[in-house]
Amino acid sequence: MKAWDAIVIGGGHNGLVNACYLQRAGLDVLVVEKNDWVGGAATSRELTPGFLYSNCSYVCSLFRPEIMRDLELPRFGLQVISYEGGAVFTRDGDYLANYRDHDAHRREFARFSKRDAEAYDRYSRDVTRQCRFIQPLLMRTAPDPTSFRPRDLGELIYLGKKFAGLSAEEMALTLRFWTMSISDFLDEYFETDVIKANFALSGIIGTALGPMSPGTAYVLLHHYMGEVDGSVGAWGYARGGMGAVTKALAASFKASGGTIRTGTEVDHVLVRNGKAKGVVLAGGEEIRGKLVISNADVKRTFLKLVEEKELPDIFLRRVRNFKIRGSSGKVNIALDSLPEFPALPKDSPVYRADMHFTDSIERMERAYDDWKAGRWSADPFLDMMIPTTLDPTMAPPGKHFMSCFVQYAPPKIDGRDWTDADRDGFAESVIAQIAAYSPGFRDRILHMEVRTPREIEAEVGLTEGNIFQGELTFDQLLFNRPVPGYAQYRSPLSGLYMCGSSTHPGGGVMGAPGRNAAAEILRDLAKPTLHMSPAHDVI
Amino acid sequence: MNHHPTIKPPSHARTLAQSHFRTLRLGTPFQPRIDALGFKQDWYSWAGYRAPHSLWDEELEYFAIRSQAALFDISPMTKYRIEGPDAEAYLDRVTLRDVTRLKPGRVHYTAWCADDGFVLDDGTLFRLSPTRFRLCSQERHLPWLLDSAFQYDVGVEEETEAVAGLALQGPTSFAILRDAGFAGIERLKVFDLAEFPHDGTSVTISRTGFTGDLGYELFAPADKALSLWDRLMAAGEPRGIRAIGYTALNRARLEAGLIVANADFTTSEHAIRTDRLRMPDEIGLGFMIDPEKGHFNGRRAILEARAKKRLRHMLVGLEIEGNIPAEHAIVYYRRNQEVGLVSAAMWSPMAKRNIALASLQRPYGDTIADDLWVEIYAMRELQYQKLMKRAKVVPRPFVKLDRRTANPPADF
Amino acid sequence: MTSSDLNWDAIVIGGGHNGLVAAATLAKSGRKVVLLEAGNEVGGAARTEEFAPGFRVSTVAHLLNRLHPDVTKTLELEHHGLKVERGDFVPSVALSKDGPLVLHGAYGEVLAGASPSEQSAWKELRAQLLRYAGILKPFLSRRPPDLAGMSLAEMTGLGQTALALKKLGREDMRDFLRVLLMNVYDLLDEQLSDDRLKGLLAFDATLGSHLGPRSPTSLLGLYYRLAGEIGGLAGAQMQPKGGMGTIVAAIRAAAEKAGVSIRQASPVAKVIVEKGRAVGVVTQSGEMLRAKTVVSAINPATTILDLVGPREVDTGFVRKVKNIRMKGDAAKLHLALDRPPQFAGVDAAGHTGRLVIAPSPDHVERAFNPSKYGEFSPEPVMEITLPSLVDASLAPSGACVLSAVVQYAPYALKEGWSAGKPQFLKAIMAQLEIYAPGIGATVRHAELLTPADIEIRYRMPGGQWHHGELQADQMLMSRPVSGWSGYDTPLEGLFLAGAGSHPGGGISGAPGLNAARRIIAMKA
Repeated sequence: MKAWDAIVIGGGHNGLVNACYLQRAGLDVLVVEKNDWVGGAATSRELTPGFLYSNCSYVCSLFRPEIMRDLELPRFGLQVISYEGGAVFTRDGDYLANYRDHDAHRREFARFSKRDAEAYDRYSRDVTRQCRFIQPLLMRTAPDPTSFRPRDLGELIYLGKKFAGLSAEEMALTLRFWTMSISDFLDEYFETDVIKANFALSGIIGTALGPMSPGTAYVLLHHYMGEVDGSVGAWGYARGGMGAVTKALAASFKASGGTIRTGTEVDHVLVRNGKAKGVVLAGGEEIRGKLVISNADVKRTFLKLVEEKELPDIFLRRVRNFKIRGSSGKVNIALDSLPEFPALPKDSPVYRADMHFTDSIERMERAYDDWKAGRWSADPFLDMMIPTTLDPTMAPPGKHFMSCFVQYAPPKIDGRDWTDADRDGFAESVIAQIAAYSPGFRDRILHMEVRTPREIEAEVGLTEGNIFQGELTFDQLLFNRPVPGYAQYRSPLSGLYMCGSSTHPGGGVMGAPGRNAAAEILRDLAKPTLHMSPAHDVI
Repeated sequence: MNHHPTIKPPSHARTLAQSHFRTLRLGTPFQPRIDALGFKQDWYSWAGYRAPHSLWDEELEYFAIRSQAALFDISPMTKYRIEGPDAEAYLDRVTLRDVTRLKPGRVHYTAWCADDGFVLDDGTLFRLSPTRFRLCSQERHLPWLLDSAFQYDVGVEEETEAVAGLALQGPTSFAILRDAGFAGIERLKVFDLAEFPHDGTSVTISRTGFTGDLGYELFAPADKALSLWDRLMAAGEPRGIRAIGYTALNRARLEAGLIVANADFTTSEHAIRTDRLRMPDEIGLGFMIDPEKGHFNGRRAILEARAKKRLRHMLVGLEIEGNIPAEHAIVYYRRNQEVGLVSAAMWSPMAKRNIALASLQRPYGDTIADDLWVEIYAMRELQYQKLMKRAKVVPRPFVKLDRRTANPPADF
Repeated sequence: MTSSDLNWDAIVIGGGHNGLVAAATLAKSGRKVVLLEAGNEVGGAARTEEFAPGFRVSTVAHLLNRLHPDVTKTLELEHHGLKVERGDFVPSVALSKDGPLVLHGAYGEVLAGASPSEQSAWKELRAQLLRYAGILKPFLSRRPPDLAGMSLAEMTGLGQTALALKKLGREDMRDFLRVLLMNVYDLLDEQLSDDRLKGLLAFDATLGSHLGPRSPTSLLGLYYRLAGEIGGLAGAQMQPKGGMGTIVAAIRAAAEKAGVSIRQASPVAKVIVEKGRAVGVVTQSGEMLRAKTVVSAINPATTILDLVGPREVDTGFVRKVKNIRMKGDAAKLHLALDRPPQFAGVDAAGHTGRLVIAPSPDHVERAFNPSKYGEFSPEPVMEITLPSLVDASLAPSGACVLSAVVQYAPYALKEGWSAGKPQFLKAIMAQLEIYAPGIGATVRHAELLTPADIEIRYRMPGGQWHHGELQADQMLMSRPVSGWSGYDTPLEGLFLAGAGSHPGGGISGAPGLNAARRIIAMKA
């Protein structure tokens, strides 16, 4: 029987990134994917003729440019295009836009508050400083603070030096940034509700926290530390939907000799004498591999794919305690025509931006209270956009694809599983929210895909539908991610590695976990990593 | 959406202002006149306004400043109106120089710092009356100014759009104003200001400017901008008045040795990299600091940095051999040790010298001022000519003109 | 303005317990110290006062659980009337409709009323919490590290902490680092199953702060509590005989013995600043006192914004001071009862303890939710004591005093407290009635102090008893504001010594002691 050098479980973006790097290092790599398509949560599927949805993730910023270059993704079709800055509709019939031009941005804010308009520079300076501190950490393996190994000590010293390199004011802000709520943080800069809501949304997207929860200021950084072609904090569309990212990765992988088997669900990891030896498929087929790398989240990997008896108790306890509560849903809509928003001038660039309907921190927080109580938000927060205003490949001419990211949606409704009726109720809350700002919206809908945490888990395999494969709170970041003692992509089982977003630096279509895991694997194999670019300089 | 109280519709002004996105670069109140003269169509964005680099020919525009009179639109400059019984005490605490010694009808050049002593900006402070001031600057500071006003009986209002500004600079500027009918203009000494009637309202004229030459700055309500322009142009026509763009002005200011925020130093609220921050002493503004006056922002940090000798930089004027401008050249000590950077440089037509402003790391420029060199990369027909030229620290201004301060101003 | 003929070494503003501790400590170092108290008596939030004819109560703090041992030792409080005996320790009772759960001894050394499996889970968790709190404990009596440049002593201090961490053992250290900034809710979920116990712990973690148990970092509140000790036992609590006023009396006696001159009814109007240096104060009556050192043991914002004023300090500093979050959520209820109430299922010993209504973490979280929007909890959570059962002199014979700290009562109530207070009282009484049926009918007099009342009565802005939210971003190097966390201020000669400074509030005396030590160390 053939023994692969490495088997990657799951063809999500991190699994593919990992596989690409290993294959390019000379390993013979197999990717097994349970669905009939690759991509995990970065897919574009045609569910209704002529329309391509970005079914789960929908925008691109965090994906590391070093990876795009190393894996030659542009050659395999990846193109990322910037879009306009977003807007928040206000309940008084107006809106607040974030124009990309600095002075237009200021003038727009000045419509609401001259003071806030002029506060933006300082806010932007402070946030940028913090991003610059964090960005270089993304492409490094987190040190184990309990270890005396030279490498961990060296990495701790690196972190210490980086921190010591900050001015006292920056250090103080860093400490506060990691512990503050985004709401309190914004209160120190801005006075206007809608302006605060406009920034706060980056502090909650993907988390099971409200804007008033401590720690959400850090989440904002997580969304700001990406870039589009060097423009830090900018977001863009992958042309052809987010599936274009994984399509390019798959093509790159195959071009370098890798093998992908779709429609191939792993039942469990084959373990012999405490060593991973391959995988056993749902049908019973056994595939041998010297290494097994799981792109699945840490709970799925160790509580479903590996037998309990193979793992140390303390590890299992920590895996069980890993927090992975889903908090969001997704509604993808095929539209017969471009919706109108009477609040917007007809020629407004905002049509090509992401749109929001939550104009105060309080509304955002109340939406979160619903999540805590085990129900979807009555007044949901939406991150809504119409990519087809910039990307002609996703719908027939004149027709449009609309992507709505929705918060909050709990993993369980009042302690029980979601039902179809719940799902429909959830979808209705979203449609009603949009229709309140866009008369006639319902009539434009041709087709709709609704994804609650239930659907996200069932299809993509994300436990509890958590899009980041684990919450982004301090107890689950850096050396704590996914669990203390195993934050360096290795597992208690020799030959079994993790490469998903459950690992450092966490979720979003970033690719860094897959890359970093590959670096650790190659280190264990004593193979060179010359084909892996170091992190770009932050100067 | 049932949690929310009744919602009022937005104000008319706010809705009206939505359309600003259609005009990314605003015009100033003088725009119709400047557009008419802007034959070069060579614009840049000055704080979001469409401003000319040059209208016709930058050489001729520069010589207008030095030989006749130049008219330069300074409306995009940020302006704050500061008014109230505590305005003097407030500004004395916000800014470096002693405002209690700035008499009504006077102007001074000053700067302001954050707590850590790093410069937020420099600008000019006009004392319009005992209780009314205007602060003009490059960057915007409303949150800082408002937060500083806590517990002061003072109002701070941004009035950039409401007030149009013009600089009239050059040897014939006085004669033009006199001929335009601004009676009593001859009484203005340098840094004086006064109100003069104009078109049913009044215009504030100060004997100030950014050229080191005889010159004035005029501020009028935005709706009187065009009539003011026309009045000056009509009176100035026989005396060679010419509208100019920023390139010409920038040359004149460099000859005068004046610095520009975010060109010669990085302002505190814009510095992402904290080693770019500068204290007043590090950009040649140490003269503004008065430890004997009342408390002012940054006082503690500045005095501590002085006492503990923690000042790290020095802004100097350089005279460089040869005639090739050394813009953005690296400065070396003994030809090999990097000690600083040139932020602005030019061949000075007035001084007939190759001049520059540079920021050096102390002690260079401070106690060690000899054996300095600049490495000039001069691009000539797609090839760099690398030159290593000797630089000498020289006092500023590079060009000192007696006519700037002569009283009464000369009529030429 | 009259000028005092005396020149003092130090003027201490504020005669709360921290002011008294600071003054006494400075006086013991040989300094001539005067303490100025605005009110008619010292004691601040640790006073015992009459609230109805014949009924006395400790009006803000009502339990002693964290008086710092260094304070007791430095001021020799035991010679000045402080008595702490093991027998004085009182239990905590988690009230529930299913019957109460009792934590005996120091924070539940023995747990009564829970299943055997819960008891062993609690034993483990309690040990863990105390171990981790123990790591943080040394920080209570130290200056927070200076980010701009650490002294040798600070480095040594941090080194010791690192060592203590290593001593935990690898896995324990990992868990410590994981849970440090976690929320209390999830941690309890991981380790316990009894809602009553979880509810009590969730309540304790969030008491006095604007956090719910699900808010990240809320576990720190529990650590803070457990880093405190009394009689050498971490987590222990007692109701001092005579109320909290007796503790203050002991500290006051120590201060007077050390030579502190205490002036009551002497509110300070201004701190005098000359050339960036604090040189004295002017009282509201116009008297001027000069001193080399001015120590403010009152609220940091009041000190800087009102007594010093923004003109003598920088804008950025004023901004930071104004940004200190200090809007309290805790109200204080005092009931004069005809007779002692009977809480269902609670024995006599339990009634002398701390009775907590917080039936589950979810309940606490639901109580917290409205406070985010300026609304009070319709089903508030609270801790109740019956001080007259411990000290009969506090109430007329046969009658009873009930004292309760009640959350959540947001300082800035949307509808205003004059309209909201009767409603809130009704909500509290409804809860009490559930656990002590019939109590309502025995109320002779009720006094409810909302945070707005506490603000005025005790000069605590926002009615926040820590003088600044005690949350992670306002702790240690960020307390009261970043850059000025070590009791110094931008004004030479002016120091902060109140609960607004590190480590925070509660009747500990630690900020006062640390500040005094700082001043003494500077001179050396």
